[in-house]
Amino acid sequence: MSVRSAIRPASVDETTNPTASKSKGIKGNTFWFWVFVGPFVAGLLVFSYLPILWSLVLSFFEAQNTVTPTKFVGLQNYVDMLTDPNFLSSLGTFSIFAVFIVPLTFVLSLALALLVNQVKVARVFFRSVFFLPTACSYVVASLIWKLSIFNGVRFGLANTVLGWFGVDQIAWLSTSDPPWFWLPIVTVRLWLQLGFYMILFIAGLQRISPTLYEAAYVDGAKPGWQTFRFITLPQLRATSIAVLLLNLIAAYQAFDEFYNLIGSTANYARPPLVYLYTVSLGSIQDLGRGSAGALILAVIIMLLTLLQNKIFGFGKAND
Amino acid sequence: MAALERTAGTPQPIGYTRTPLGVVGAVLRWIALIIATILFMLPFYLVLRNALSTDADITAPDWKFFPTDLQWGNFGELFSDENVPMARALWNSAVVGVLGTGGQLLLASMAGYGLARIPYQHAEKIFYAIVGTLMIPAAVTFIPSFIVVSSLGWVSSLRGLIIPTLFSGFAAFLFRQYFLGFPRELEEAARVDGAGYLGTFWRIVVPNSLPFFAAIAAITFIGNWNSFIWPLVIGQDSSSWTVQVAMSTFITAQTINIHQLFMAAAVSILPLVLIFAFLQRYLIQGVTQSGIKD
Repeated sequence: MSVRSAIRPASVDETTNPTASKSKGIKGNTFWFWVFVGPFVAGLLVFSYLPILWSLVLSFFEAQNTVTPTKFVGLQNYVDMLTDPNFLSSLGTFSIFAVFIVPLTFVLSLALALLVNQVKVARVFFRSVFFLPTACSYVVASLIWKLSIFNGVRFGLANTVLGWFGVDQIAWLSTSDPPWFWLPIVTVRLWLQLGFYMILFIAGLQRISPTLYEAAYVDGAKPGWQTFRFITLPQLRATSIAVLLLNLIAAYQAFDEFYNLIGSTANYARPPLVYLYTVSLGSIQDLGRGSAGALILAVIIMLLTLLQNKIFGFGKAND
Repeated sequence: MAALERTAGTPQPIGYTRTPLGVVGAVLRWIALIIATILFMLPFYLVLRNALSTDADITAPDWKFFPTDLQWGNFGELFSDENVPMARALWNSAVVGVLGTGGQLLLASMAGYGLARIPYQHAEKIFYAIVGTLMIPAAVTFIPSFIVVSSLGWVSSLRGLIIPTLFSGFAAFLFRQYFLGFPRELEEAARVDGAGYLGTFWRIVVPNSLPFFAAIAAITFIGNWNSFIWPLVIGQDSSSWTVQVAMSTFITAQTINIHQLFMAAAVSILPLVLIFAFLQRYLIQGVTQSGIKD
């Protein structure tokens, strides 16, 4: 199911038995392999491997306002980050965010997929309606949410609707007590990503063999909850795992909506990436600590990925 | 992910189409669909409404569903107003979107083809080196990448916006998987006619793979057009802002009129809506094949 599990290297017999042989010298397979793959690999070295190595080096140095540091500080940057209350609270912010966004996305995108899949007329229309927001950018969505829907003044749509019921206007985004900001933060991401996960679920639903439903029908299973509980859900296991994992990793890297709705300087509701941005490129400009933080995050995300690989045993579920 | 490639709609059997609760259930489902449709379309409507309103209308204390008077002039104003760098920002986004997508497709498809079809003793090691980058969470790399790009002196330049984004290990991986399944007979015929790897690739493989290219291109373009964190980090002066960075700047520092900001948003959504209108089938294929959108 996951990208990584599907990877099996091409064995030699999988590739063409070419007419050109190595004896052709410069025009042999090796030469052509590098013509095709070389430019890509060169770019990967410069823009993927080099940055990470450089970051690793920087994370052991004092590197405020410089990318060529001189003062070696050992693990001090890591200690600083792991004892930095702001960094720890950013991990806390992510945890709360994940508790909201992961289950909600899962349930709602599955519900949309089931609805769209059962509709007999205008199925493509509804699928497009729910999928269209995935093309919208987080910046545009944040703009709508902040200045139109959840505007803290009277002309905001949410406050207007509340006003009809005699509720006082709420400053949705600018106060952390009570933490109303979670409502815009969570709903903006739901609007943007539900359609994407819905498409994954629809693909999963369409792969379920109809004979299973026929068999269940013959066995007297009631259409509805029973069929859903004992056929649909188990058959969607692989898709479900993918949806949960992709969603969790995406939530972990949340940046755009927090930055645009709340800003990078507020000390509440600041997820890890926004804090790292502040530390390394914002007001503090400390690339050593920023690099250490980025590597800590990368390790946590990799561990999450490996952990769920262990738990669910990817690759077995979907072949 | 391989299992996600089969998305052909299968006819539903009798047992499946009998949905619960009969007529009541059908009515409830339609109500749910209609409410969801309204909720999902509302934000798009708000962009249009605000883009074509006066500021007085947008900020009126009593909320109006329709603007009193449609301001079509707001569109032209976006491009003629000296104080709003939106025209430049849209141009930057277009350049980044087109060059970034074209470059990524070219590099990744050639790499994928080389890995899938050209025998080389170290190909497996190279492949793992490429796939290894998939393990690194993309967003975390913005700090390391910034360090390299600023050392190259590419901050606030189109080069800095485009070149570092061209090397997608994920795209190369998808292309390799695709080319492994490409029918060999077509290539054999070209080889017999004396075409080399390049000739075969350009004259036979690419023309016969256009739907797959379209799927990856659509996803890549949307990702490039909407990307925010990298352009934000690189675009340190307003001449190199993309439309996303420009809009973001004005969300916080409201130094332009609200209707201009919403007009910019409306214009920035337009190319994506067009992609959706014409390429949705490929997009959905791409999404189900990859299951990843970054």
